[in-house]
Amino acid sequence: MSDLAYNKTERHEDLPPPASEVGVFGWLRHNFFSTWYNSIGTLVVLYLFYLMVPATLDWVLFSAVWDATSNQDCRFEGAGACWGFIDARLNLFWYGFYDIENYWRPSLVGLMLLVFAVPVLFEKIPAKLVGGVTGVFGLGWAVWAFGGLGQVASLNLPVTIGLLAFIGLITAGVFLRSPRSVCAIAIVGVFPWVSVSLLYGPVNVESLQSGLGIAVYAILFLAGGGFGYWSSKRLDALGAFLGYLVAYFVAVIVFLSWGFGLTIQPTNTFGGLMLTLVLATVAIGVSLPLGIILALGRRADNMPAVQMLCIGFIELVRAVPLITILFMAQFMLPLFLPEGVNFDNVVRALVGVSLFASAYMAEVVRGGLQAIPKGQFEAAESLGLNYFLKMRLIVLPQALKIVIPGIVSTFIGLFKDTSLVSIIGLMDLLLIAKSSVTDSKWLGLEHEAYFFIALVYFVFCFGMSRYSIYLEGKLHTGHKR
Amino acid sequence: MAEAAETQTAEPAKMQISDEVAIQINGMHKWYGDFHVLKDINLTVYRGERIVVCGPSGSGKSTMIRCINRLEEHQRGSIVVDDIELTNDLKNIDAVRMEVGMVFQHFNLFPHLTVLDNCTLAPIWVRKVPKKEAEEAAMTYLERVKIPEQAHKFPGQLSGGQQQRVAIARSLCMNPRIMLFDEPTSALDPEMISEVLDTMIDLAESGMTMICVTHEMGFARKVANRVIFMDGGEIIEQNEPEAFFNNPQNDRTKLFLSQILNH
Ligand SMILES: Nc1ncnc2c1ncn2[C@@H]1O[C@H](COP(=O)(O)OP(=O)(O)OP(=O)(O)O)[C@@H](O)[C@H]1O
Ligand SMILES: [Mg+2]
Repeated sequence: MSDLAYNKTERHEDLPPPASEVGVFGWLRHNFFSTWYNSIGTLVVLYLFYLMVPATLDWVLFSAVWDATSNQDCRFEGAGACWGFIDARLNLFWYGFYDIENYWRPSLVGLMLLVFAVPVLFEKIPAKLVGGVTGVFGLGWAVWAFGGLGQVASLNLPVTIGLLAFIGLITAGVFLRSPRSVCAIAIVGVFPWVSVSLLYGPVNVESLQSGLGIAVYAILFLAGGGFGYWSSKRLDALGAFLGYLVAYFVAVIVFLSWGFGLTIQPTNTFGGLMLTLVLATVAIGVSLPLGIILALGRRADNMPAVQMLCIGFIELVRAVPLITILFMAQFMLPLFLPEGVNFDNVVRALVGVSLFASAYMAEVVRGGLQAIPKGQFEAAESLGLNYFLKMRLIVLPQALKIVIPGIVSTFIGLFKDTSLVSIIGLMDLLLIAKSSVTDSKWLGLEHEAYFFIALVYFVFCFGMSRYSIYLEGKLHTGHKR
Repeated sequence: MAEAAETQTAEPAKMQISDEVAIQINGMHKWYGDFHVLKDINLTVYRGERIVVCGPSGSGKSTMIRCINRLEEHQRGSIVVDDIELTNDLKNIDAVRMEVGMVFQHFNLFPHLTVLDNCTLAPIWVRKVPKKEAEEAAMTYLERVKIPEQAHKFPGQLSGGQQQRVAIARSLCMNPRIMLFDEPTSALDPEMISEVLDTMIDLAESGMTMICVTHEMGFARKVANRVIFMDGGEIIEQNEPEAFFNNPQNDRTKLFLSQILNH
């Protein structure tokens, strides 16, 4: 037999791993003390922890003062954080200068957003749960509003009936149909307008004051709806879309001018976390679709005019600091607008922040579009898909998936950038914190105020970051190549 | 793959070729910038024909068949597919693409969709077929390409040969009257080539009008009723497979055949 020949007939048995690799000690050894420099690193980090963690915990928790009526209560030897101050000012931090009797309005908006967003964001949440939560919440709220608990002065009967009908409709919709699509439609098509009505109140629509105006709106509504219906009968998707869109916007305008019949809550009373969330939500909601449109426009090689417009917008906005854009929206926008047209301060900030975020979003999305191989476009075209179908069904789902981390980074940056609106005098969370420590009763509590709002920002931003990781994992299923 | 083709009882001559014109290309030219890729292409394809296009790399084979469904635009001459002339009119282009299926060298399946969704997407959105009907049809085609059991997997979980068969099924789901193949087997390992070729032979026997860019000469002999040789952007020679392989006329054809057959 030659020395090279080798033939193994029996199989090797499976042995347990060596003891040094298993259990807590094995794991510790393997990860923290595998080499001498790794061990030194571990010890240094442990020492730093020892220096920082007990002191921090002591300040934040053990020696903290939870009840206080003024800063005097927190001025004793060894006192930690004065959380009594935050507690006393909590309403201000959450709602700014919003009327106390109207606090239920932003709270309702927030809850509504949760109810709609949860099934859209998390696929696994079952339909009945969402429907049940909405129903229970609506019922509980009705009891609260009419029972001894609340007796909210601003809630009159028609308002309550309108809101209850709305909640009932959503509950029914969620129960009867696929909750994800109902919620997605509600978030895009209903939630924005209901929120405006709840947060602000009826919007003054001049053209609806006269009989002529009402007639024009009625005609537009009927014409749009009729045309949409007629087009859909003829399988003309674009016509149906445009027709129904006109009818929809007429309905929205009429609804906004009714605004559940609530009292008007001026926007200069908006503040605190509520204002921060309004700014961030609107900017996120606008910047993603607008960013996608801008990115597609920028890549539309066969339409140079559109392409130039998009490039111009993106480059211009990106080259200017957000503060400048906010100032311009504040002081220069009125110069360009016709006499008499006047935008609310909050609306101006919303426009500024949204446009700014859109420009960044456009570039993030463009990165994703560039990563899609040409073959995907060709395969879609060869199957007869037109531009919109190709983008919507083939290209964007893949491109957006690739850039989820970039999109979420932009969202997080945007969320924090909303604090810049304090420059133009809006009382966002940061400015509220800053001004509340100048109160003579609560002087010298900057640490508490800033620690607290840092925590609030952290909760939201970290939440977004975790969600992005969840989403990446979910969308990753199966397509490895 | 030669064996695979042999086992089939394909008799090219007996497969039906009607005298109805499926594709008519007249004096077609194309440029990429200054580069003249296609020069005076004239080609008439009758319904039921199975044409194999071959030629050296860079000779313009892909470009020519991609002009037929307007993935590339031609600048001079005319292309008429199923009596629809390809112009800048988007309506015509969409109409032609609904009649013409295409299979690519790199499959180009949609990686974010399951095999079944890959197949039903275009029928549902372009032909407006109800979802259930589209899925049933897709399953029949997946059975025809012999992978119904993979319907709920993602393309990334399949082998190359399986992916290419899905790509063929995906095209067939649109009920095209003409199929274009651009080197469908050249990205595959040898043992997968025969499964894809079998599928194509099966398709040819069903009477589909096909234009295949391929260097699988066994396939060409068995299935094609006409072989076209291209070089430098021109159609240099065309003939029935037997005559084309045994008795090439043009020197460039002879050189090309000697290169691909003797290695
Ligand atoms: N988008 C393009 N821009 C410029 N030149 C191109 C482009 N696509 C192809 N070409 C050139 O056109 C010529 C023909 O290309 P084509 O892809 O049609 O060749 P082919 O015959 O299919 O070759 P292969 O066998 O390698 O696929 C080649 O010289 C190629 O470099
Ligand atoms: Mg090619």
